[in-house]
Amino acid sequence: MTDTESRTNLVHVTIDGRELEVPKGTLVIRAAEKLGITVPRFCDHPLLDPLGACRQCMVEIEGQRKPFTSCTTTCTEGMVVKTHRTSEVALKAQEGQLEFLLINHPLDCPQCDKGGECPLQDQTLAHGPAGSRFHDDKRRYQKPIPISAQVALDRERCVLCARCTRFSSEIAGDPFIELFERGALEQVAIYEDEPYSSYFSGNVVQICPVGALTASSYRFKARPFDLTSHPSVCNQCSAGCNLRVDVRRGEIQRQLAAENMAVNEMWSCDKGRFGYEFVAAGDRLRTPAVRDEVEGLHATSWAAALHKAADGLQAAIDSDGPQAVGVLTGGRLTDEDAYALSRFSRDVLGTDNVDFRLRPRTVEERDVLSAVAGSVGPTYDDVERADVVVVAGLEPQEEVPILYLRLRKAWRRSRQKIVVVGPVLGSLSEIAWRWVQTAAGGEADALDALARPGTADGSGHPGDIDDVVEALAAAGQRVVVLAGERLAASGGALRAAGRLASERDIAFAWVPRRNGARGALDAGLVPGLLPGGRKASAAGPVGQVWRRLPDTPGMDTTEMLQAAADGRLKALYLVGVDPVRDFEDPRLARAALECADTVIVQDLLPTQTIEFADVVFPAMSAQERVGSFTTWEGRRQPFASVVPAQGLAQLDWDIIRQLALTMGTDLGWETAADVRREAAPLMEVPVRATERLRALGDPHPQPVDRPSRDEGSFDVVVVDSLLGDGTMLLGAKALKETAAPVTVWVNAEDARRIGLAQGSHVRLTGDAGSVELPAKVTTDVAPGVVVVPGPSSGLAAATLVAPGAVLRVGLEPLDQASDRVSDPTSSSEAVGQ
Amino acid sequence: MVEPVAVLSKRYGLADGHTLSGYLASGGFAGLRASLGMAPADVLEAVKASGLRGRGGAGFPTGLKWGFVPQDLGRPVYLVINADEGEPGTFKDRELMERDPFLVLEGMIIAARALSCHRSFIFLRGEYLWPGVRLEEAIAEAYAEGWLGKDILGSGFDFDVTLHYAAGAYICGEETALLDALEGRRGQPRLRPPFPAVAGLYASPTVVNNVETIATVPCIIEQGVDWFRSMGTEKSPGPKLFCVSGEVERPGNYEWPLGTPARAIIEKSCGGMLPGRNLKFWAPGGSSTPLLTADHFDIAMDFDTIAEAGSLLGTGGMMMFSDRTSVVDAVLNWTKFYEHESCGKCTPCREGTFWLSQILQRIVDGQGRTKDLQTLDDICDNIFGRSFCAFADGAVSPIKASLKYFREEYEHLVDHGVRQAGIDPAHAGVVTRNSGQDRSRAGART
Repeated sequence: MTDTESRTNLVHVTIDGRELEVPKGTLVIRAAEKLGITVPRFCDHPLLDPLGACRQCMVEIEGQRKPFTSCTTTCTEGMVVKTHRTSEVALKAQEGQLEFLLINHPLDCPQCDKGGECPLQDQTLAHGPAGSRFHDDKRRYQKPIPISAQVALDRERCVLCARCTRFSSEIAGDPFIELFERGALEQVAIYEDEPYSSYFSGNVVQICPVGALTASSYRFKARPFDLTSHPSVCNQCSAGCNLRVDVRRGEIQRQLAAENMAVNEMWSCDKGRFGYEFVAAGDRLRTPAVRDEVEGLHATSWAAALHKAADGLQAAIDSDGPQAVGVLTGGRLTDEDAYALSRFSRDVLGTDNVDFRLRPRTVEERDVLSAVAGSVGPTYDDVERADVVVVAGLEPQEEVPILYLRLRKAWRRSRQKIVVVGPVLGSLSEIAWRWVQTAAGGEADALDALARPGTADGSGHPGDIDDVVEALAAAGQRVVVLAGERLAASGGALRAAGRLASERDIAFAWVPRRNGARGALDAGLVPGLLPGGRKASAAGPVGQVWRRLPDTPGMDTTEMLQAAADGRLKALYLVGVDPVRDFEDPRLARAALECADTVIVQDLLPTQTIEFADVVFPAMSAQERVGSFTTWEGRRQPFASVVPAQGLAQLDWDIIRQLALTMGTDLGWETAADVRREAAPLMEVPVRATERLRALGDPHPQPVDRPSRDEGSFDVVVVDSLLGDGTMLLGAKALKETAAPVTVWVNAEDARRIGLAQGSHVRLTGDAGSVELPAKVTTDVAPGVVVVPGPSSGLAAATLVAPGAVLRVGLEPLDQASDRVSDPTSSSEAVGQ
Repeated sequence: MVEPVAVLSKRYGLADGHTLSGYLASGGFAGLRASLGMAPADVLEAVKASGLRGRGGAGFPTGLKWGFVPQDLGRPVYLVINADEGEPGTFKDRELMERDPFLVLEGMIIAARALSCHRSFIFLRGEYLWPGVRLEEAIAEAYAEGWLGKDILGSGFDFDVTLHYAAGAYICGEETALLDALEGRRGQPRLRPPFPAVAGLYASPTVVNNVETIATVPCIIEQGVDWFRSMGTEKSPGPKLFCVSGEVERPGNYEWPLGTPARAIIEKSCGGMLPGRNLKFWAPGGSSTPLLTADHFDIAMDFDTIAEAGSLLGTGGMMMFSDRTSVVDAVLNWTKFYEHESCGKCTPCREGTFWLSQILQRIVDGQGRTKDLQTLDDICDNIFGRSFCAFADGAVSPIKASLKYFREEYEHLVDHGVRQAGIDPAHAGVVTRNSGQDRSRAGART
């Protein structure tokens, strides 16, 4: 836009005698805000469509007979506005509306959770009449009524601003909360036969301008003025939502979404908002512990635990060399922890056996990850602005919910073309423009077809993709490829997604689920990769800081567990990871942990893995410490501690530092800032992932070796659900009640063919076991594919087949509902609900 | 001397005016035939030149409304007939649809062709079962005989009509609430802009016209603008159906040129007030129009004259009350109606009508407080012009006007707890002698 054009898009307005220029289309209420003038309002919300229902924000506009609502009126050239500060008409109009709103309001402020932070209370104080002329009967309702396990509704308090219902329909797309009835009996309600089911319900509590919607986890817990509020960053997924954590006497009372328009705007998902109970849970690991033959696992001092751990690691190194030690982590570490662990493994232990990927992984994934590590962008805003977004191996609503909201916003506001590639359409079915449907494992071919239409490489895809190719061409560089971490489970697919980006010169994002995954990648917690995605052969600045670099690439998670089970790997250092539950094949994880001489577990909460631990280090949760997390975009967001640590728990990086010191190496850090100062230049690589993907060269796609599927067998695709049984949801009872039931998704045509009815049970039988689950019959999954939730649901799908085999099962409809596991050999965790 | 006319009501006396054969035999579809020989733009021009103003209450110039419809959006144009006649005291469209449904359809076809519209909906008040039957029969007959559907009269023009029974909410007479309800949503008014002419039904250009308005179109096309303008006044031309109710000898629908004095309609058509009763107050155009008094009896019934007198022509639903009726009771009755029918969307209407009706009830019950009248005035001020749509302005009209003209009656109730002498307690609310009588006489009235 040229300067002249931008000038013509401005209009001049005068508000309370002060002039300003605003872009055409700016609402008067927003223009007033720019001058620091706050017009009182209830229904207005900057991220919701204008409604004009509460009539609170009325202002006088010169030349108009009656006052106008500033939340629905756009500024026009020369408009002269007078707010309540300068206009008697506006002031009287506003006072009148407040009086109306209060006649039916119960004025139970002393016992209302909102009291002290209530827009109705605050604005009544600031703008309202001093008394009431209402002497008659207020409407009365039963109070409160639960509209979900998490949200209670007090209809008497409601001012019917429709923020909650608009949030549900406009932002989240869960229209199961609506206005019912009319007149003074109009009320928020849910459908009788359909519960309010949403991953975003906490937002309606937060934006409610009165105490009508309250969170069951916070009701009657605290008064706002007794709370201290701390900015924080969510530690539940890679979205990086900014949070406000409210604390009273050292205990978290609630978490709210904090505004960051570049990331989560003003929203958060329920998992991030309500999933904090674990921090102060009675089960938290509070003291170091060691195991001996007499007492079993028992509490001890930090010094004793560190010595035992150091001895175990040293013994393994001394007997079999550094390759006999393995370091595993999951997705909860901060960037500083990840870096500390990465350096400790290579520099102190001397091993490259490090991996943060507990989920299924492929060898070629490493190339793509090396290109992504340390890069920045595409960002949320890039995603929102894109004309076309290609989504593969990612179920955003379940994995990174706030990214889903951004996609939905772009779809709603600008009809963004969202293209889903793969066997599962899932929750994107509402907003997807095209679904390039593939068989399980067929993503690579489809993505190559989009990258190189009409070529030999691209001709393999049978589906009609012409309009997608056309849309991609028309969009030029306004395209983002979102590749979920799950894509790595599909042979060649992540590499193909990278090729799509590099060949079309479009933005590429690798979207992991967990909050610490991107930091772990940037820190080099992948065998063969150093911080910033560097290889040991081209270590660059890493070589100047680290004294030792690995000479041979180490083992990945599966290889390490296999080596431990075979007795080749003697010591395992497990930092924030629970392989018994989260590794795809718990059988191998158990075998590995049983065989290893030394198992060191560093975690927040008891896990199944701790049963095998020789040493346990209690770690601080994110809310208790300083650190930073990196979003899927590559945006590093530091955060401060909000509550004191539980017991003797320590910072992960500090435990690692002390372990190194115990083993004779001083890594030289005293504070998190020291770690960050050392890590930042090594972890950050200011180049677009797309450029580095191109630099990988262009090896011809390797034909993916996948045995053909016979009639009657089904490929199992594992898609993690947002709310599982994870330890970090410990204690969040109401939140867990809103979890989606564990089901198996079956294609509607397949279901018809095998005689499977919606909601009835089906037995999945592989060559190593079977499980019975209720079926969700849907058109959002490809024929020949079934979808089951990931290990956090308690279902270890991999145990249905032999270790390492293609995950493929037969389906047998069951007449009777049953949730038993029929094969006693599969682990007890493999139980559906 | 002004005389009643029989333009829209000319078939009211016919036994078979509602059938296609009866319609054709009495000169029906002449306007449509004439319009098919005209360019669509000329039809629009004729309606503009006629000065026809909407008969649904607001009096907006019909031709101007049609002219707002953009033809270049690449979306279909819809015509929606507002037959959700819910305004208290209004029953003109009902009789028109019952007795002359083809006239409504003829007007729709002419309008549709002028608007390049091929799809229309009649949004019919849900309780209007008999008008619904007559419309259904007429639509079926029209389709069967080629007056609706493909290639009407060989003109190449296609036009479909769908009859939709509404669910009974008064607010759905408000055109944007009507469109939301027609789309299957809660009937609540929409934010404007965009206006329906640009983004109405299914976000497409839409004209919403009242039944009487659309039924007036054929005669303009058939008999010409000059003939049309020979009736009524310069700014309010043409004939108008007045529906008279209340304490008059012969309530009913009567067609007169706009600008006819109210007294002429009541005395000539209705036989005056009931014996022994004198006019005390009246609503000129339905309950949403501010009340007038006996002093206004000679007022000309046209849009501008009534506006000058501080009220509105509205629908032409004249509700006449005598000196034996308590104005406070009548106002309470209407206020309870508005409280019940408020859609609940905006604060002043939802809460204000709830409050007003409680205060009025208290006053009528003899529990009024000294400050109540002041409070009523102020609540009305805080509602009027502050609500989302015009509903609430209408809701406070009877209160504001009655407080202006009959304040002493309120004061008496507040001070003494009982009504003034001479007011019949049985006359709380609307009482008519003829209610429930055979209405077949309606129409034969000159």
